[in-house]
Amino acid sequence: MGKIEWAMWANEQALASGLILLTGGIVGVAGQFRGWQFAAYAVAAGVFVCLLEYPRSKRAKGTSVERTGQYCFTVCVKAFGPLTRNYYVRAFLHAAICVPGGFMLATVLGCVCLGIASLIYLAAAIRGEHWEPILPRKETRKPVAESIKNPPQNPPPRPPPEMRRKQAGDLEKSAYDNPMSVTDDE
Amino acid sequence: CNHCVMEIWFWLCLQFVWMAINIFLFVYFYFFYDLGPQFFYTRHLLGSALPWARAPAAVLNFNCMLILLPVCRNLLSLLRGSFVRCSRTMRKQLDKNLTFHKLVAYTIALMTAVHTIAHLFNLERFNNSRQGLGDELSAALSELADTENTTYLNPIPTYFAFTTIAGLTGVVITLALILIVTSSMEVIRRSYFEVFWYTHHLFIVFFAGLVFHGAGRIVRSQQRTNPPHNTTFCKDRPDDWGRIPECPIPQFAGGFPQTWMYVIGPMVIYLCERLVRFIRYMQRVRYKKIVMRPSKVLELQLIKNGFKMDVGQYVFVNCPAISQLEWHPFTMTSAPEEDFFSVHIRSAGDWTDKLIEIMKKVPEGAEGPKLGVDGPFGTASEDVFDYEVSMLIGAGIGVTPFASILKSIWYKFKDSDPKLRTRKIYFYWLCRETHAFEWFADLLQVLEKEMEERGMGDFLTYKLYLTGWDQSHATHVMVHFDKDTDVVTGLKQKTHYGRPIWDKEFEQVHVDPRKTRFYFNKENF
Repeated sequence: MGKIEWAMWANEQALASGLILLTGGIVGVAGQFRGWQFAAYAVAAGVFVCLLEYPRSKRAKGTSVERTGQYCFTVCVKAFGPLTRNYYVRAFLHAAICVPGGFMLATVLGCVCLGIASLIYLAAAIRGEHWEPILPRKETRKPVAESIKNPPQNPPPRPPPEMRRKQAGDLEKSAYDNPMSVTDDE
Repeated sequence: CNHCVMEIWFWLCLQFVWMAINIFLFVYFYFFYDLGPQFFYTRHLLGSALPWARAPAAVLNFNCMLILLPVCRNLLSLLRGSFVRCSRTMRKQLDKNLTFHKLVAYTIALMTAVHTIAHLFNLERFNNSRQGLGDELSAALSELADTENTTYLNPIPTYFAFTTIAGLTGVVITLALILIVTSSMEVIRRSYFEVFWYTHHLFIVFFAGLVFHGAGRIVRSQQRTNPPHNTTFCKDRPDDWGRIPECPIPQFAGGFPQTWMYVIGPMVIYLCERLVRFIRYMQRVRYKKIVMRPSKVLELQLIKNGFKMDVGQYVFVNCPAISQLEWHPFTMTSAPEEDFFSVHIRSAGDWTDKLIEIMKKVPEGAEGPKLGVDGPFGTASEDVFDYEVSMLIGAGIGVTPFASILKSIWYKFKDSDPKLRTRKIYFYWLCRETHAFEWFADLLQVLEKEMEERGMGDFLTYKLYLTGWDQSHATHVMVHFDKDTDVVTGLKQKTHYGRPIWDKEFEQVHVDPRKTRFYFNKENF
């Protein structure tokens, strides 16, 4: 299990927990259960956790797969800087958020799941992982060199004509291979 | 393509039957609990949440029974072998076992959600009745307790979720299910297989809890008493219960737990499956040859007593020196005609990297580390031999079974095997880059040479398409345009760049769909 990035699993677990917390909260409020105030809290907490966990982090190794439409969320989460980058913060945040869910049956499952996600994030933080936003790669065109706009005005310097003429007397010295084929039949 | 259409239809039929059974169970048990007179008083306390909880429970029983079966790969091999007489279309369905496993898993997850939410309502309503928040009848029903003359209907003490068998097991197994689901997401499964595999073993906890989930018998129905208790008459006079002859105190008893009846069979079958895997693991695997190929590809040529394979099948390989519990699948690249079987293993993660490292250190001619091999699995591609013209298309890693197929076709041809009807093969190989597939290019070279020696240069026409080319590639090719062999692969047939234009290809090959069999092998087609 050497190369596992725990944060990837923690993220899936936390997102699932957010949804479970949300569902439990909705049931509690809709059914007007005893302790529905905890359920109302769970709805808000569930939504918050889902929003925080929806954008997947960029993987340290390998290709990262974005969730559909996560770009807006990435930008929001990135704006909080070190608070969202650091997994210790996330671990403690989730641990704190999940506690009130434990006081009502409808939300207790969401509470335990989020607690587990918090533990996995702790493991990720201890191993030094952190959250990186997945941003679209900017296409950088190679800037066109300035010299292309100013072609040379003069021909290159050449030796005087006597030297350029082939020395018919000295075949060895004047022979050379054409770099490209100049005959017709190839 | 008739075969493809038939296969799809068959698969759809199976799914339809499975879905029909699910719907039937849901509707039947919903009305059983919604209309059954023995649940009249129970329904008075719980309302429709009772049938809403029991209907998914029935569907859950059925699906928990099914979920273990598709992953018994040795059992499936057995079925495949026994049905050799039946059409290949039917046998091909067995290859979709993992798809079916996932479908059943999603159903279990969905039904668990419905079941849990319904029970949340049930508990709340039980609680309310106990606290006297309902009507007179509810209060009377909640008063009943398990004594000499009476039996209870309302099971609460409060917070029973953690004090009854049903509550405790329910929470534990739902938690196990959630952990299994989150670690089975594709992202986790593809990149961190070990997490997926080890967490998935929580299914043991799941099944253990599931079997005991109903042991508390807390869903209660009214029993016959002598004289009988007529609910229609007596429901309006709970104060008179036990005092007038028409209304003796109603008696209740819990339903007999049934889940174990559904799941015990598959659990035993799965146990046998793991036993078979263990036996296979103990069988000796000898090394014929270990070859390190370019781009960190390892070729292992192995021999196992009694091992019989067909083209296009795969095996699971285990190396205790690396990990006792991990089995990894690899398509076989050897032909059945050879006296060994081979796999080509590419460096693609922890396990494969370690395997390659270990194999590198094995001295020439010595035996490598102990290996376990389970298989072969998968429906063979043997009908490729039945057609005069075969058009084989392999993309990316999907080219691996073609090593087996091409070799086998060539062996059969050399031996003049009467089963071989193939006279011409068109092979299309598409990949982003040839990196890690040099061994396949080598194989094509060898085949090419042998065919030319026999004057059969026309037997195999192959076209390679590199879809991941760039400017430097193109320049390199331009400069070496005149060479006889291709600059990238060393083969006589030149590499093409980009994807094939299929219309042109089909024209060139004069494809007559009735006489040709299309065989695709895709990674991401």
